[in-house]
Amino acid sequence: MVNIVDRRLNPKDKSLANRQRFIRRAKRQILDAVRDVSAKRKVTEVGQGEEAIRIPSDGLQEPSFRKASGTGVRRHLMPGNKEYRAGDTIPRPEGGGGRGAGGSPDGEGEDEFQFTVSRDEFLDLFFENLELPALARTQLSKIEQQGLQRAGYSVSGSPATLNLTRTMRNSLSRRLALHRPKRDEILDLDREIDRLERSGKEPERLRELIREREALTRRSRLIPYIDPIDLRYNRFVPTPRPISQAVMFCLMDVSGSMTEDMKDLAKRFFMLLYLFLERRYRHVDIVFIRHTHIAQEVDEETFFYSRETGGTLVSPALDEMKRVVRERYPPGEWNIYAAQASDGDNTPSDNPIAFRTMEEIILPLCRYFAYIEVGEERGWEAKTTLWEVYERLVAAGHPIAMRKVKQRADIFPVFRDLFTPAELRA
Amino acid sequence: MSRSLESDARLLYTGPDWDYRLVRKTFDAIERIAMGEMGLNPYPSQVEVISSEQMLDAYASMGMPLFYRHWSFGKHFARDEMLYRKGMTGLAYEIVINSNPCLCYIMEENTMTMQTLVMAHAAFGHSHFFRNNQLFKAWTDADSILDYLDFAKRYVSECEERYGADAVERVLDSAHALMSHGVHRYPRRTLNLKQEMERERERRRFQEQSFSDLWRTLPRRESDDGDDDPDLDARQHRLGLPEENLLYFLEKHAPRLAHWQREILRIVRVVAQYFYPQRQTKVMNEGCATAVHYAIMSRLHETGQITDGAFMEFLHAHTNVVFQPEFDDPRFSGINPYALGFGILQDLKRVCEDPTDEDRRWFPDIAGNGDALGTWKTAWAEYRDESFILQFLSPRMMREWRLFSVLDDADERDLIVDAIHDDSGYRELRRALAAQYDLARHEPDIQVVDVDLAGDRRLVLEHRVLDGRLLEERNTLMVLRHLANLWGYPVTLAEVDARDHHILHEYDDVEPDRVIA
Repeated sequence: MVNIVDRRLNPKDKSLANRQRFIRRAKRQILDAVRDVSAKRKVTEVGQGEEAIRIPSDGLQEPSFRKASGTGVRRHLMPGNKEYRAGDTIPRPEGGGGRGAGGSPDGEGEDEFQFTVSRDEFLDLFFENLELPALARTQLSKIEQQGLQRAGYSVSGSPATLNLTRTMRNSLSRRLALHRPKRDEILDLDREIDRLERSGKEPERLRELIREREALTRRSRLIPYIDPIDLRYNRFVPTPRPISQAVMFCLMDVSGSMTEDMKDLAKRFFMLLYLFLERRYRHVDIVFIRHTHIAQEVDEETFFYSRETGGTLVSPALDEMKRVVRERYPPGEWNIYAAQASDGDNTPSDNPIAFRTMEEIILPLCRYFAYIEVGEERGWEAKTTLWEVYERLVAAGHPIAMRKVKQRADIFPVFRDLFTPAELRA
Repeated sequence: MSRSLESDARLLYTGPDWDYRLVRKTFDAIERIAMGEMGLNPYPSQVEVISSEQMLDAYASMGMPLFYRHWSFGKHFARDEMLYRKGMTGLAYEIVINSNPCLCYIMEENTMTMQTLVMAHAAFGHSHFFRNNQLFKAWTDADSILDYLDFAKRYVSECEERYGADAVERVLDSAHALMSHGVHRYPRRTLNLKQEMERERERRRFQEQSFSDLWRTLPRRESDDGDDDPDLDARQHRLGLPEENLLYFLEKHAPRLAHWQREILRIVRVVAQYFYPQRQTKVMNEGCATAVHYAIMSRLHETGQITDGAFMEFLHAHTNVVFQPEFDDPRFSGINPYALGFGILQDLKRVCEDPTDEDRRWFPDIAGNGDALGTWKTAWAEYRDESFILQFLSPRMMREWRLFSVLDDADERDLIVDAIHDDSGYRELRRALAAQYDLARHEPDIQVVDVDLAGDRRLVLEHRVLDGRLLEERNTLMVLRHLANLWGYPVTLAEVDARDHHILHEYDDVEPDRVIA
């Protein structure tokens, strides 16, 4: 007697542990590949869905003793001879070897290895060891409250959650489908029987009516008005209700002095920050503010792609941020982060105002304020006016960090640098 | 009218859908033919229904239902999954495990006809082969392989807890690199995996009992190595050199390995040895399973137990399996073992039942003996791919396949056709094809020949080069690095012409790049 076993319900991801081992092993290659992928995406699109990752196979090869293909004497046995006779010569095919595509299952000579990493695997690797600064100051991060949320209907539940509308609808359709006698039908019948009994005529018809009435009564007993299968209850599922939420303000200088390259650098920095916050918080908002001598909250498209010219004033951007915070993001409920990208130019008369706004209003609101100064490689360094202003804030111990970024390759290191906790710094 | 009703009543199933009742009923019908009519002798079976994801899982760990953990299985899984999801490869219809009872996986997506085919193929064809072939009898222990794998899995994961996953991974990486050189090619004793586990427990107990920290304080006898055995012969004798089983040698003699590291080498070696017969009997094993499923399905159809439609569906699948593209076909990727094995067996059947004069000359013992099945069974039991081809590949088959042999000498500008399917070529072709399936010729012959115990403890290996075919350099260096890491001291490999002992190439003193400990 053969034994037939259903293994389909066995845990599926038997390979999961091996997969994690593999991902850990391939970390460096995956990181490089992930970075390439993220360089091509829009800010809010990065890290959505799964990523097909193509990585070089160094370090992932499994070597073994093999004979080289281009040495010595070999014989190939092949089917399908058409015209060859013993002694014929065949010109050596290009690329050596007389065989067709004889790829070994082991993947001999594979140069690249392609596979898919899930979004979580991707982000975990990407932000490994990174942390939000100033978390100690708040107890908000990752704390969740359980709440109940409506989630459709169920066939069981407590009487208090009985959903009358649904239940009655089911009951009605069942009664219609099974032809439960209507109350009026029976009443009509009763009246008719009553009339006949009183009149004493048509005894034949009376008997028939009584039989019919009995049948209807039996039928309505068999098909109850409300049956247990009609019952529907409101279903609730516990859901984590995040009380940790974060908003990131992207402040970008778009005045005439900012080139497209500089904006691109800024954009990539914002993108990383956004991804990172999204990883750490249940809910992340992102606010784009661009400014010349005037500032304005815009959508992503406008933020990155519209051209604007004008003089530079930093303080209007800070004022705009203040306005948005006041209107939508009470600091008691939101973790507020800001990243500012600029080439550092500011109208000299604005510097004292900017300093005051930062110190008195913006920085007290923010968990962390990252300033990156984008620039071009010039070979000489001079401090920009804005840099000097912010340096004074750093010196005063405010939660602000500043870095210079000159090319794409700088962005990730700078980002890591800004967010690596002090104890992990090399 | 009554006749068609009667024959319908014999049908095992109609339609493509399967359920347990049908699978069981069909299995019984197959069993009646396989054992009752054909007299096959397979292991008892356990049919397991799995999903395609689980098939991927099983694929990734060498087809084994349970296995220790290692990143390379994850890598294979990641790639198989990707290819499968993109539709670039299909999945095998079946996986069958050489164990007692024989585990036979069927996928839930298959139609009932495919389930029938798979059960006939795996649970009777492969299983009969596993149970009766000499190599499997000598080398594998079907009764306890699953227990052993379970032991291996637990042992490796215990080591990971105790010594860290990275340390274990390093040993496994190195051991895997040497896996194809971790087999004994000639039987020493029948493997008994239960004893194997017992012995491990015994070794550990002995070690724990006899451990005394005091011994560490004894002065070392430095001179012990060199002075006692100045003589190469004696040293070779003591270490059992030359030794072709590199993993075995390291397990026994590597000076720096800890007990658990040796045990892991041993596990990898036992697994390699378990798979060794499969690698030597690919053509025969698949040929046997394919011939068996073909016979059974035909019989089921003949006796009216499956519909014409089901039989057509089966034939379609079967033809795909035994399809052999010709060399100039873009689909050509070498010789298909299913096609070759099945072809030889069908041809053998013809020789037994309806021989020509040519067959009588070539196969005087079996031509016209009228017992095809008996001849098959003897072949399945006694041969492996190389000897099977050498014995049974007929001229007629070579003509049908239009086989030809091409000589590829790397020093020559052109390739030479040195034999085709004609009178003067048959023997040559047959020898050449058989040689292709001779693992001993196919795989480099690498042996440990000496250890410089007095000096820097360098391990000396030799590759005996056949037909001038040297090792692939990049890979070889990587493997030697792994070898050196296990050995703990430098490793040297000389490639030596097997005929005149000229040194063709040398890999000098590959140093370990980290200490395994």
